[in-house]
Amino acid sequence: MSHVPDAVIIGAGVVGAACAYYASRAGLDVAVIDRGPVAGGTTGAGEGNLLVSDKEAGPELDLALLSIRLWRELADVLPPETEYEPKGGLVVAPDETALTALRAFAEAQRQAGVEAYEADADRLRDLEPRLAPGLAGGFHYPQDAQIQPAMAAAHLLRASGADVRPGEEVTGVLTDRQGAVRGVRTTRGDLHAPAVVNATGTWGGRIAELAGVHLPVLPRRGFVLVTEPLPPGLVRHKVYAADYIADVANGSAALQSSAVVEGTPAGPVLIGATRERVGFDRTLSTAALRRLAAQATALFPVLGGVRAIRAYHGFRPYLPDHLPAIGPDPRVPGLHHACGHEGAGIGLAPATGLLAAAALCGGRPALDVRPFRPDRFPEQKGPAA
Amino acid sequence: MTADLAVVGAGPAGLAAAVTAAGRGLDVTLLDAAERPGGQIHRHPARGPVPRPVRRLTRRLRGVTHLPAHHVWTVVRDGDTWLLHCVAGPDEAPATVRARAVLLATGAYERQLPFPGWTLPGVVGAGGAQAMLKGGLALPGRRVVVAGSGPLLLAVATTLAAAGARVPALVEAADYTAYARRLPALVRNPGKLAQGALHGGSLLRHTTRLLTRHAVTAAHGTRRVEAVTVARLDADWRPVPGTGRRVPCDVLAVGHGLVPQLELATGLGCATRRTPDGTPAVAVDGRQRTSVPGIWAAGETCGVGGAELARTEGEIAALCVAGDASAALARRRARLRAFADAMAAAHRPRPGWTDWLDDATEVCRCEEVTAGRVRHAVAELGALDARTVKLLTRAGMGWCQGRVCGQAVARLAGEDPAPDRRPLSCPVPLSQLAHLPEAGPEAGPAPEAPAPEAPGAE
Ligand SMILES: Cc1cc2nc3c(=O)[nH]c(=O)nc-3n(C[C@H](O)[C@H](O)[C@H](O)COP(=O)(O)OP(=O)(O)OC[C@H]3O[C@@H](n4cnc5c(N)ncnc54)[C@H](O)[C@@H]3O)c2cc1C
Ligand SMILES: Cc1cc2nc3c(=O)[nH]c(=O)nc-3n(C[C@H](O)[C@H](O)[C@H](O)COP(=O)(O)OP(=O)(O)OC[C@H]3O[C@@H](n4cnc5c(N)ncnc54)[C@H](O)[C@@H]3O)c2cc1C
Repeated sequence: MSHVPDAVIIGAGVVGAACAYYASRAGLDVAVIDRGPVAGGTTGAGEGNLLVSDKEAGPELDLALLSIRLWRELADVLPPETEYEPKGGLVVAPDETALTALRAFAEAQRQAGVEAYEADADRLRDLEPRLAPGLAGGFHYPQDAQIQPAMAAAHLLRASGADVRPGEEVTGVLTDRQGAVRGVRTTRGDLHAPAVVNATGTWGGRIAELAGVHLPVLPRRGFVLVTEPLPPGLVRHKVYAADYIADVANGSAALQSSAVVEGTPAGPVLIGATRERVGFDRTLSTAALRRLAAQATALFPVLGGVRAIRAYHGFRPYLPDHLPAIGPDPRVPGLHHACGHEGAGIGLAPATGLLAAAALCGGRPALDVRPFRPDRFPEQKGPAA
Repeated sequence: MTADLAVVGAGPAGLAAAVTAAGRGLDVTLLDAAERPGGQIHRHPARGPVPRPVRRLTRRLRGVTHLPAHHVWTVVRDGDTWLLHCVAGPDEAPATVRARAVLLATGAYERQLPFPGWTLPGVVGAGGAQAMLKGGLALPGRRVVVAGSGPLLLAVATTLAAAGARVPALVEAADYTAYARRLPALVRNPGKLAQGALHGGSLLRHTTRLLTRHAVTAAHGTRRVEAVTVARLDADWRPVPGTGRRVPCDVLAVGHGLVPQLELATGLGCATRRTPDGTPAVAVDGRQRTSVPGIWAAGETCGVGGAELARTEGEIAALCVAGDASAALARRRARLRAFADAMAAAHRPRPGWTDWLDDATEVCRCEEVTAGRVRHAVAELGALDARTVKLLTRAGMGWCQGRVCGQAVARLAGEDPAPDRRPLSCPVPLSQLAHLPEAGPEAGPAPEAPAPEAPGAE
């Protein structure tokens, strides 16, 4: 006998897991389907930075602030293996020009509710004794935190009590004669449900297509370097340098964040890009490794003598305006999206899950969801390229 | 300067290839992580005498640029040439070699399957024990049980006995009669049969008991190994209840065959194939060409098969790079490969070996992850493969990057091991990465091109 859940969530990454968690908490009975294992997608390649520091004031920052609060709550629920650590972020400015831009950036963030404290050169040294000398100053962001992404996804799923079905691929979205969703077709048969949540990250465009709608999620690759284990305390925060490009046209500053350097509880230091606005090559890019290593050793000269023991990559799911798609799709009743979080999906997962659950229950969203509308991208006209 | 051919690995395959290619007038650079040439089979102490076969080969290396102590950590395309980035010498200095063609001859490493007690001092790799003896080092004991699976065990037991150790038992999990099913392959390899018989004979003289379809299922001892439990196995390698008995010893030399060293090949995107023993190996055509034009592979990285096959493949590859071919070599290769495949099939680990492990057995030694935690990740947390087990337990994240435990973790997760992917094939100082030479535009599609259907990360 087949049991009909209230919703089927496609994707067992951190976003699908958070959707399952908050939907279950709202009293829904959900099933989670993934063609691979739990956290086998981009979540398994993510670094686990939960950042507000790198986001300019706007809808993404609002989502991040809500998420940071929810992660703190979740840390009490999830087991210690998820390695939640509210270690704080430190954004450093190499020179006065960068510092001036950082000040303006941080001021706008403060208005939006971010805690940001300016640190002069001396204070920088207190916070991070191994930093390179000669930096102009920086800002300390105590809200920035860290989590082990795969663990977080697995334990959110477990805590949700959802029916988790790894190793099952969705091959079709079932609709009724009126065009409303009534379930999914998978490699193991049909699964009926009145609502379907597309939480397939980088592959979100494909699921949208199966449902007959356009959602231009594209992959953007990123590399991470992992060092040999180092003594604790060498790098204490999430540290990165800020370079700003003044956008003359509209006067706003676009943040070009460089490699984040951070220690992990197990000892290795991770060096990875946060929101990389430059796509990387598909084969191993020694240029990418050089850039990561150069930025990290410029911040922490002591790392020059340290060895990288591995490098890995993943594909960030990105939408053209760098905002995720969250909520019901007005084009197909019963279809919901929760994908396209680019380089911030770990951080943004709980808020996304909370909003998705509210939408599934018809409840009021915790914040303005209009910027995340899934139908905001006009269909491409003319023959497909 | 651009070499015509860069050969990675100075074992039998790489040496044969370098000599052959140089003989055809090619400008050859030969790189190896070790300080002396010879590879696994001809390991010899850095200061002691050089074994005769190596001396013979190195004499013929004249005209070849030999770069010892160069660990190639990646090979990348640069226009129509290849760049081989290396960590060189004890100071880990950076070095880069440019070549028009590359031959990967990176060999294989020993497969370990864990069991209770395998982390005790005195438990050593069978191949490792062999290398210690060849390297002029003394074994940490006199009474040595040799166990595991594969033809290497016979050679190890023989070397040990010849060095004066007492080998009370050679414990082989497979059954040599399995070779009989592939008799045609054996009959065409009279040399192999003779070699096997020779090992058997000298072992018998040293009063070694040969126990096939048996395994060491536990090692015992407080500070170091004092005894092992040897049990009979069923066809799936499950211990038959009630058959375990203790054999006292002070060393256990254990290994379950070899697995191809793949990371440079997979880093380049070379296609792999699954060998009959369940492990991935570089896929090559009859002339040792990989699926990536300009990259050749030879020897055990293409599937384990012994030194003679490795040499043959090295020669075939070198001839192909030089624009030549030999029918006689092709026939020899076919014959030796068929034999290797028959052996690989016979010694393939059967699924029942996981019954040797209790939940407290450490599987990943670097990160101290037990079999119980791996099983929990699979049964409770939705891990279906070694990669997810790693993410959820840290098994394979430590210093060895899963080289020791990867095979075992994959099988505990219920899959055949996937091809190793390690873009850095050895640790690389960050200062070296930070100062990498600027390459020309790298090959590949435009950065923003949509990726094909691929898992989130490789
Ligand atoms: C808090 C935290 C702590 C961590 N600590 C550690 C740690 O201590 N040690 C550690 O090793 N990792 C650590 N990581 C990283 C973690 O392992 C990664 O999240 C995860 O392993 C990435 O998996 P992957 O996609 O590379 O898959 P993997 O399971 O690693 O497999 C992917 C394989 O693809 C290879 N690959 C990557 N790029 C290329 C390329 N361009 N060409 C060819 N092959 C390629 C990789 O080397 C790798 O072998 C940590 C992560 C977090 C968040
Ligand atoms: C190198 C790197 C570093 C990063 N660092 C950070 C960081 O520090 N902080 C941060 O917040 N973010 C980071 N990110 C981004 C973050 O990893 C992603 O935004 C996030 O993991 C997306 O999660 P997801 O659940 O949407 O997607 P995924 O984890 O990819 O999950 C989608 C799932 O859908 C499944 N799926 C797809 N198609 C189907 C189908 N047809 N049927 C069934 N299942 C299907 C897939 O198998 C997959 O498991 C990083 C990304 C990369 C690449």
